[in-house]
Amino acid sequence: MAWRVLIKAQFAHEVSEALNQAEAARTKAALPPEKVHASALTLLAAFQREGRLVDFLQQEVAGFSDEDIGAAARVVHGGCRKTFRQFFVISPAAQGNEGGPITVPSGFDAQRIRLTGNVSGQPPFKGTLKHHGWIAAEVRMPSTSEALDPRVIAPAEVELS
Amino acid sequence: MAHHTVGIDLGTTNCALSSCDLSNGSGEVVRIPQLTAAGVVEERLLLPSFIYAAGEQEFPAGALALPWDKKLSYAAGEFARTHGAKVPTRLVASAKSWLSHSSVDRMAALLPWQAPPEVERISPVEASARYLRHLAGTWKMSRKGDLASEEIILTVPASFDAAARELTTQAAKQAGLADVTLLEEPQAALYAWIQNVGDAFRKAVKVGDVILVVDVGGGTTDFSLIAVTEEDGDLQLTRLAVGDHILLGGDNMDLTLAHHLAQGKNLDPWQFAALTYGCRQAKELLFADLKLKKAPIAIASRGSALVGGTIKMELTREDVTGVLIDGFMPRVSVTEPPRTGRRTGLTQVGLPYAQDPGITRHLAAFLTRQSRIAEGKSFVHPTAILFNGGVFKAPMLKERVTEVLNEWLANDSAAPVKELEGADLDLAVARGAAYYGWVRHGHGIRIRGGTARAYYVGVEAAMPAVPGFEPPVKALCVAPFGMEEGTKADIPPQEFALVVGEPTVFRFFSSSVRREDRAGDMIDNVAPNEEFEEVAPIETTLSGESGKLVPVNLQAAVTEVGTLELRCLEKAGAGHWKLELNVRGKEE
Repeated sequence: MAWRVLIKAQFAHEVSEALNQAEAARTKAALPPEKVHASALTLLAAFQREGRLVDFLQQEVAGFSDEDIGAAARVVHGGCRKTFRQFFVISPAAQGNEGGPITVPSGFDAQRIRLTGNVSGQPPFKGTLKHHGWIAAEVRMPSTSEALDPRVIAPAEVELS
Repeated sequence: MAHHTVGIDLGTTNCALSSCDLSNGSGEVVRIPQLTAAGVVEERLLLPSFIYAAGEQEFPAGALALPWDKKLSYAAGEFARTHGAKVPTRLVASAKSWLSHSSVDRMAALLPWQAPPEVERISPVEASARYLRHLAGTWKMSRKGDLASEEIILTVPASFDAAARELTTQAAKQAGLADVTLLEEPQAALYAWIQNVGDAFRKAVKVGDVILVVDVGGGTTDFSLIAVTEEDGDLQLTRLAVGDHILLGGDNMDLTLAHHLAQGKNLDPWQFAALTYGCRQAKELLFADLKLKKAPIAIASRGSALVGGTIKMELTREDVTGVLIDGFMPRVSVTEPPRTGRRTGLTQVGLPYAQDPGITRHLAAFLTRQSRIAEGKSFVHPTAILFNGGVFKAPMLKERVTEVLNEWLANDSAAPVKELEGADLDLAVARGAAYYGWVRHGHGIRIRGGTARAYYVGVEAAMPAVPGFEPPVKALCVAPFGMEEGTKADIPPQEFALVVGEPTVFRFFSSSVRREDRAGDMIDNVAPNEEFEEVAPIETTLSGESGKLVPVNLQAAVTEVGTLELRCLEKAGAGHWKLELNVRGKEE
């Protein structure tokens, strides 16, 4: 008798464990997209805060002069660049001068090197470096408060007088 | 048992934190987590010295939380500065300048100075304590330890008087840091330079050199003179003199450029802040590339229409040369005193900002004022110069100061100064402070010199009252110039009779130039004498039977911390009482 109870208890534990896991998976699946992609929204918010990127992208610019667009681009470039450099350390994916010759060894990292043009045969390949690519060598995204709604990229500003 | 010495630069506009490992002397600057936006915590090398007093419903719950303190009602650092530019009445800025402002009650909740009534105001001391608590939190997080258990070196401007130094240690106590040592910022800068250049230091300077440290921070300008001497064949450094407190710094330069460009434009305060920031960037561009004739500045629109709404401006080389270099570092003769009485328009109500933006004129005044150590010359002749402060990242500004100084020297048939190169302009003070802690453990060379001021108590001359005539105030020297930490002054021969059980008030004076006075010397009539500055009064009530007269002597001591302590010693008995400086404002 004692045996059967024990087996039952063991079984019940496994069942409840399985149920818990299923529950956890369901909650994860049920996370709204803004929570799943919260860090992307954090990045957008930072680019907007420092460099007004969302304002720039939201605006139709066809009717404006290059001078006006240029002035706005300085705001966007200056601010976003500052943020960008705080969050990431970026380095080229491939060494070498763009436009110069490059040898792609056998067993090359297909994530870091993309072949174009006449792709045939077996590596090593000889080719021309068209774009050296970029790698995020360091990522230093800020920590954001859980209490905040990540959908708010920029709050409305109301000035009181 | 401390494992580190920790250098804290509690600056007027930025704070920095640096540590030195006591097991091997290696130094490191500690990055400081802080709010950079509501709910966003990021690390920075500097903590901007700004506090934003948030309204109750201004931000969502949890938006001001820091990893070490979830329940803050204010923000300190970058977010405080940027958001405060849009809500200036809730922003606490330049708290450190208020610490040395003797005509206000520095323990009173004064700041933000122009806040509406419902805003919680804090005292300049509490503001400093908040920055220190922030740094203690940083230490706890990054080193998993208690900052209070490390050896802390806190830097103060060389020009801080006894009261301002006392208040700085008070702020540290309020932040839970009971045990700190004070170090003057220009000395810290020199320590950082010594650490940087290592053994090359002995080649860079020689016995007989007089090093002028020119420290232009965000909000203050500080001068010190340090002599290279020799004792038993070893090089010694002795601090000779320090300058007066000058509320004038790099921020004034950016502001001046912004005011210059904003003439005739309608900018709101936020845009003006953006312009000030833009001017700093543009200025740096022009300083870095001498071929550039002008640098563009773009001020974003306040609304979301960025394209078309952005204001375009340009900073030209003429602006930088005319407004900045000639304005702040004019070519003047060494005899030209700083102008007084004319406001330059860059003032915030309340603080006694320098009225003359000419740093070279202040420098001339300092070197001339200290002529007592100039060996018969009309002004002190430095032989070397060390620059400190972010302002001097611009080579042109260093060159101008050097050029003006060299012209003074040449006119007096003296050799030009050499620049001590290799300084870290932004972080030198924090680094040097941490290194000084290491030096105190017996490694490397230590700067000596003691207090850079002599201190006096005011004694009213006994004379019959005459209407409309203020009796002259004599001053009794209680602490001579150059008292080392941990020493006591001789007991002056004069004695006072104190009334026990009733409040007694002394006036208290200091002098940064009178180096011959000994404890006990009496100086006639200090009031109109430019060599004296009035510090906060001393107020005390001696316990005992009311009305009884007790003959006492006054004695001054400089504590290990670096603060001045005054004691009353009972002449005929064992009684002694500590006297406190009253920093609650001078009685007008």
